[in-house]
Amino acid sequence: MDDNAHMSDQVTEAFPPQEPGDAHQLLPQLVAHLREHRTKLRQEWASRIGDSHLLHAMTPQEMAAETTSVYDNYVEVLETGSVEALQHYARDLSERIIPRGVETHEVVGIVLLLRDVLARSLFEKYQQDFGLLNRVLDAYEPAANRIANTVAVSFVDERERVIRQQQDAIRELSTPVLPVRERLLVLPIIGVLDAERARQLTEQLLAGIRTHRAKVVVMDITGAPDVDESVANHLVQTVDASRLMGASVIITGLSPEIAQTLVTIGVDLSKMNTIGDLQGGLEEAERLLGYTVTRRDSSAG
Amino acid sequence: MTGPALVSILRQGSYLIASIHTALDDSQMIRFQQDLIEQIGRCRSRGVIIDVAALDVLDSFGSRTLSNIAEMARLRGATTVIVGIQPDVAFAMVALGMGTGSVYTALDLEEGLEYLDASTAAPTTSVP
Repeated sequence: MDDNAHMSDQVTEAFPPQEPGDAHQLLPQLVAHLREHRTKLRQEWASRIGDSHLLHAMTPQEMAAETTSVYDNYVEVLETGSVEALQHYARDLSERIIPRGVETHEVVGIVLLLRDVLARSLFEKYQQDFGLLNRVLDAYEPAANRIANTVAVSFVDERERVIRQQQDAIRELSTPVLPVRERLLVLPIIGVLDAERARQLTEQLLAGIRTHRAKVVVMDITGAPDVDESVANHLVQTVDASRLMGASVIITGLSPEIAQTLVTIGVDLSKMNTIGDLQGGLEEAERLLGYTVTRRDSSAG
Repeated sequence: MTGPALVSILRQGSYLIASIHTALDDSQMIRFQQDLIEQIGRCRSRGVIIDVAALDVLDSFGSRTLSNIAEMARLRGATTVIVGIQPDVAFAMVALGMGTGSVYTALDLEEGLEYLDASTAAPTTSVP
């Protein structure tokens, strides 16, 4: 809700409402005109959307329904001057069309097309009286700009919300700290390690060491495609910090690329305990912790 | 010194357990160092545990003093373990490049005692 208020503030600032008086009398006239020619203008708009190859993702029926309601909303905003209802509608619409792959340029494009179609019809209606036309446009343009702005901002806001939501979801899934034996944690890292993820990994690992009273941690980076210098340094720091908390870290699954990167960029790896693969790492960890794993029956398997 | 004690140094068999209760300024840290080193001799301690679990910050002077204490304690014949470093503190220390040198660190008091038992010749908590 706060967002909404903030947004409408911005919009009003960018396009201050017209002086009362002239616009007051002209806007109702204009709205009446747009209502009267609703069907014709809407169809013209829809056909221009088609011509411009926008909104491929929608069927003609959906398009007809959406264009009608966008048109009505548009005219309503011109009439009332309040973008609040439109904001809700635009957000709602964005929520529906974003999963279907509608792009920002399409949304902005169709709103601008509608603006043009309506402006064109105003030109046509008032072409005899140039002075009146000018005043009508004075009333129409700020309102139309405000609408375009509102729709675009709502769409982008909605998209950013979806992106944030997905980021959160990925973040939660990305760094599990798994206890495999008493005092032994495994930390599989899959996917690209960026600075933010590396920071979060450190946080979770250090918290995990404390919760599980871990003495040995096996960090498996088989699934990490590459690391850059800052992330590599961060990993080294994480290993050091774990040592301060009394746990030793074994790093496994360093890919040839990462190994070359690390040596080339000169990260100090002398304190890092690395072992080829996860299996070897677990065996080493068990040795450090004093476990011996033996098969009960040597003939089995 | 008035008010509640900032540190406590307790004797536990042949070990000394020093707990820092609150953030110490530089002079308090030096005072702590002197007290502890002196006590090692007086109690004929073989091991020292410094518990910093109550600290949510540890500045560079603090961590340097801790590693100095460990070195001095070694010269006086005692092994030092630092225990209870909080996750945030640990990472901040590493990020600022001020580790604890070669001092052994452990998760908590229990782990620290275990390490001392294993590394000193005369264990006290578990007599064989």
